[in-house]
Amino acid sequence: MKIAFTTSGDNLDAPLDSRFGRAPKFLIYDSDANTFAVIDNQQSLNAAQGAGIQSAETVARSGAESLVTGHCGPKAFRVLHAAGIKIFNSDAPTVAAALEQYRAGLLAEANSADVEGHWA
Amino acid sequence: MILAVASGKGGTGKTTVAVNLARVFGSGVQLLDCDVEEPNSHLFLEGELLDEEIVSIPVPQVDEPLCDGCSECGRFCQYHAIVSFGTVPLVFPAMCHGCGGCAKVCPRKAIHEVDWRIGVVETVRAGEITLIQGRLDVGMAMAPPLVRAVKARLRNGVPAILDAPPGTSCPVITTLRGTDFVLLVTEPTPFGLHDLKLAVAMVREIAIPFGVVVNRVGIGDGRAHAFCREENIPILLEIPDDRRIAEVYSRGSLIVEALPEYRGLFESLIEKTMMPKNFERV
Repeated sequence: MKIAFTTSGDNLDAPLDSRFGRAPKFLIYDSDANTFAVIDNQQSLNAAQGAGIQSAETVARSGAESLVTGHCGPKAFRVLHAAGIKIFNSDAPTVAAALEQYRAGLLAEANSADVEGHWA
Repeated sequence: MILAVASGKGGTGKTTVAVNLARVFGSGVQLLDCDVEEPNSHLFLEGELLDEEIVSIPVPQVDEPLCDGCSECGRFCQYHAIVSFGTVPLVFPAMCHGCGGCAKVCPRKAIHEVDWRIGVVETVRAGEITLIQGRLDVGMAMAPPLVRAVKARLRNGVPAILDAPPGTSCPVITTLRGTDFVLLVTEPTPFGLHDLKLAVAMVREIAIPFGVVVNRVGIGDGRAHAFCREENIPILLEIPDDRRIAEVYSRGSLIVEALPEYRGLFESLIEKTMMPKNFERV
């Protein structure tokens, strides 16, 4: 299965980004193949509004079934939930550390947004 | 004749200029407060509320039994207001610009538009002035549709003064479009000049003749004046940095009533802006 991580870097040692809607990139890790791909999220970084929605659409299209991020806002949450993607909040410093937490079952699935939108 | 009062930097004196111009105008004039996020012209005018109208924008509503999850609506929308992944679409009314496109492209005709309230437009009679102001509901993010609703109440043939929001973004441009002349109010400080340059670029982009009002002359420096000279921009009014003006303003009074010696300044500004052929053509 595919798991999406928010990040600013290009590999598993990259930092886990605390934001979702404005995350610079998504690292999509394929746990079956043990490979990963990095998707650019520049468009959402620069969007005036709707960054959370746009980022959620990007993650949904990547085929990820789970998302690991620092925080997730209300609009993004609504879209991810509708797309059937499970959301996990983590404060791990890197993607690799977050992946470890995920595999060890240390992350609880979020059932709501954990922050307000930036325009609230 | 539709005159708009705008600025780059906020707090330079747009409302001061707009309400005092409206007061000295003489015969009937419409004053439109287009700063719908925080209208404040009414603070200086006493009158009776003639009308209050709720303003809504059309947003999509999906008839779920008819929807087959094709996602055409989501593909069409430029604003992420309607989103679908082969599922019944999610609608985000706050993002919707009311273009009606999703409803048009839906192959199943499963989308129709419903009204979504964004605010109100109030009409107040204050002596010779008819004040029309928009009030955006708390929590609404989009001002332009309400600004358009305020401007829709402009009556043909009646002179109008529009008090614009500060800055150069969408609500300001929506306010300025279609006006005959723009007054850019600035203060002679570095901040004032920085934002005046942005405002000048904006007004030139939308190609409306304009002039500058320098408020609080005496503070800051001469660079705003130098800029206007270099750019051939007429300075149509200079208001001195008179503490009494601030005192009058903070009481919610009009300068032209409390300090009648300033009437002449505002009267001459009206004369100048009624003869736009003398001023910079963009």
